[in-house]
Amino acid sequence: MSAQKRNEPASELGWREMARWTWRQLTSMRTALSLLLLLAIVAIPGSLLPQRGVDARAVEAYLTDHPKAGPLLDRLGMFSVYTSPWFSGVYLLLMVSLIGCIVPRALVYARALRARPPRAPRNLLRFPASTEIVTASSPDDVIAATRVALGRARIDVVERDGALELSAEKGYLREAGNLVFHISIVVVLVGVAATVLFGYRGAAIVSEGDRFSNVLTQYDEFGSGSLFDRDSLPPFSLKLDDFAATYQPDGPQRGAPLSFKATGTYSDGVDGPDRPFTIRVNHPLKVAGTSVFLVGQGYSPVIKVTDPDGEVVFDEPVPFLPADPSYTSNGVVKVPEAKPEQLGFQGFFLPTFVTGSDGATRSAFPAPLSPILGLFVWHGDLGLDDGQPQSVYVLDKRKMTQYMDADDPTKGFRVSLQPGESQRLPDGHVIEFVGLKQFARFQIASTPGVQVPLIGIVLGLIGLIGSLSVKPRRTWVRVRRDGSRTVVHVAVLDRVPRVDLPADLERFVQRMQEPLDEGEVSS
Amino acid sequence: MTLEQLGRLSNYSVVSATIVLALAFVAYAAQWGLARNVAPARRVAVPERGPAETPVDTGSDVDRSDTAGGIGFSLTVLAELMLVIGVVTRGLAAERVPWGNMYEFSCIAIMGALAVYLLLVRLWDIDWIGALVTVFAMIVLGASMLFVYVPPGPLVPALDSYWLVIHVVCAILAGAAFLVGAAASVLYLLKARAEQNTPDAERTGFLWRIPSSAVIDQVAYRVHAFAFPIWTFAALIAGPIWAQAAWGRYWGWDAKEVWAFITWVGYAAYLHARATAGWRGKAAAILALLAFSTFLFNYIGVNLFVGGLHSYAK
Repeated sequence: MSAQKRNEPASELGWREMARWTWRQLTSMRTALSLLLLLAIVAIPGSLLPQRGVDARAVEAYLTDHPKAGPLLDRLGMFSVYTSPWFSGVYLLLMVSLIGCIVPRALVYARALRARPPRAPRNLLRFPASTEIVTASSPDDVIAATRVALGRARIDVVERDGALELSAEKGYLREAGNLVFHISIVVVLVGVAATVLFGYRGAAIVSEGDRFSNVLTQYDEFGSGSLFDRDSLPPFSLKLDDFAATYQPDGPQRGAPLSFKATGTYSDGVDGPDRPFTIRVNHPLKVAGTSVFLVGQGYSPVIKVTDPDGEVVFDEPVPFLPADPSYTSNGVVKVPEAKPEQLGFQGFFLPTFVTGSDGATRSAFPAPLSPILGLFVWHGDLGLDDGQPQSVYVLDKRKMTQYMDADDPTKGFRVSLQPGESQRLPDGHVIEFVGLKQFARFQIASTPGVQVPLIGIVLGLIGLIGSLSVKPRRTWVRVRRDGSRTVVHVAVLDRVPRVDLPADLERFVQRMQEPLDEGEVSS
Repeated sequence: MTLEQLGRLSNYSVVSATIVLALAFVAYAAQWGLARNVAPARRVAVPERGPAETPVDTGSDVDRSDTAGGIGFSLTVLAELMLVIGVVTRGLAAERVPWGNMYEFSCIAIMGALAVYLLLVRLWDIDWIGALVTVFAMIVLGASMLFVYVPPGPLVPALDSYWLVIHVVCAILAGAAFLVGAAASVLYLLKARAEQNTPDAERTGFLWRIPSSAVIDQVAYRVHAFAFPIWTFAALIAGPIWAQAAWGRYWGWDAKEVWAFITWVGYAAYLHARATAGWRGKAAAILALLAFSTFLFNYIGVNLFVGGLHSYAK
């Protein structure tokens, strides 16, 4: 066939046919199957690479560690896989394919619901699962016995060519379950989209004694759906009075966390009355349509900086972020009020410090048994005034100079303090480790309409169980009086093929024969 | 008994169960090996040319193979009993439900898998997957003791919830059935290939004493059809409800969640494949095995190498 010829019918294919062809391809089972597999495959990179929506800091760290591959992966959307165009593309196609399957099948099912069972084919014994029995009972008795044996089924009995013919169909619920399951997937996807679009989620660190108000500036991290109005955060506030943590004191699991509990007061609305709260892991506080979860904890050493004239330029708890299960923590102190030059500190906090055989200090236990604060000091411009937003956990050292040790200029000047101790800096400022507080890391989230996906998936599960457990079956019985005996032909046809059908047919025939008079059986 | 003694008793029980499983595997392997010259049980062999050379000791080979299978079954029952003791004493020693870390999860998951296997042997006579199930169980238990053992201790606070019972028990039950389904799928592939390639005269050995590939396929399907709704509940209902209570989001694409989802999609694809022309049979069985491997990766790979919120392993 020449190329010319082959092109001819194609050119006659109008856009209408083309669309129909595309639609048929898209809604075929084969395509749905391929899309399902594709969805599984495109979900994989998101579990192996850090994701912005899950841990933005890990993404930054990855980009720093992989200067070549990082930006390339970033352009491909590998750090936000689940919102990337290609992931969305696959699941949107899957959804279209799903709807394209559901609608016609629902119509077919609606017709099938009203239809009568198909009439018995001429020769029942041609079916792989069929048998003949002979009985002395009358045809009417045989039909009655068959009805009992069939149980709940749609049954038609007609007389044709001198024989009674019974057609029965059961198991309609299978397709109903199937449809419910697939429709519920659409409900879940729509519900998930709604909770994401209208919801928000943020995290805030609150030290003991501090108050958190639900406004954007008080969040460390904040993310919201595109349909959420960031100015309409529901007003509420909470004050953390006490954070209690207990750890396994001894034994092989020494240091394993036992319990975390945050207590304090909260007020709903702008100036609602203060009410007490207790938040534990798995037990959030619900306020103003929002839930407050306890998702982390750590230490906030209270640090005081006094200038050479004795005036206090800094006095507040500073959260140090834990880096390991023993709460070896890292943090940054920024003192913009220090004059003539601003001061910045960067270092670590250890709740229970021990010195290892290699001379390095580390934390041996998560509770503050012998806390120590170790800091290096920078002076200069903290870079807070150039308009760029900056993290409170990162010191911008570009315009700062480190104070070096007077005896060994290759080493940085080092502040090492236990609670109550203070130390004088080279420029005359005094830093004091006043005391120790704990902080709680709260996740504050609103997921409006979360019931929709939940109800959807529960209905889906019910449908799924129905579609996997109900066994649709057609049964035909032809009963013919032959002299003094009755000849009965039985055939069954399962919509879902099964290999033990003959055995099942045998059981069915046995049930059918129970009330009947003796007769020889032959298959 | 003190808590330490209970913990030690648990360890001894798990070690013993592993050893007994190794013996059960040997017995099941013998069941295969001893039947290597045996013709299929119900085959009517009518050779067209000349008399067939019938092995003289066929009858005794069948007996010995059956005996080995029986021993394998009994040893698996014994291993299961030891494992039950190990899991119960572990829970008593830790004073909580015994599935708070990867080691404990391995023990109770294998306990569940063996229970499902033994039950199905009783129901459907499927001891032909015994070798696969016991060797898998033995490897998982042995590796767990060697690489991820931790002494009994308290739960991390995040796990202190009744959802730990619902979510994890369902995950274990589904996983147990997935294992049986995977084993059946492996045998389906072997048998289907043999049925295609082996001439009648060469059809000897244990593979010809087990049911036809169609029957094996049906066993695999039924086990998967049982497991899939339970997995749906564990991963997509109980998990998100708990995550909503614990972390303030019902789904957050945590590594464990991603792989649970991939497993779900994999098994969904398997169920669809069985109803799709061109995918029925071998392709479907391979999909089931792929899905099972994503389940295993979630349990081993994600716990040990990927991390995330679900990593209570170490």
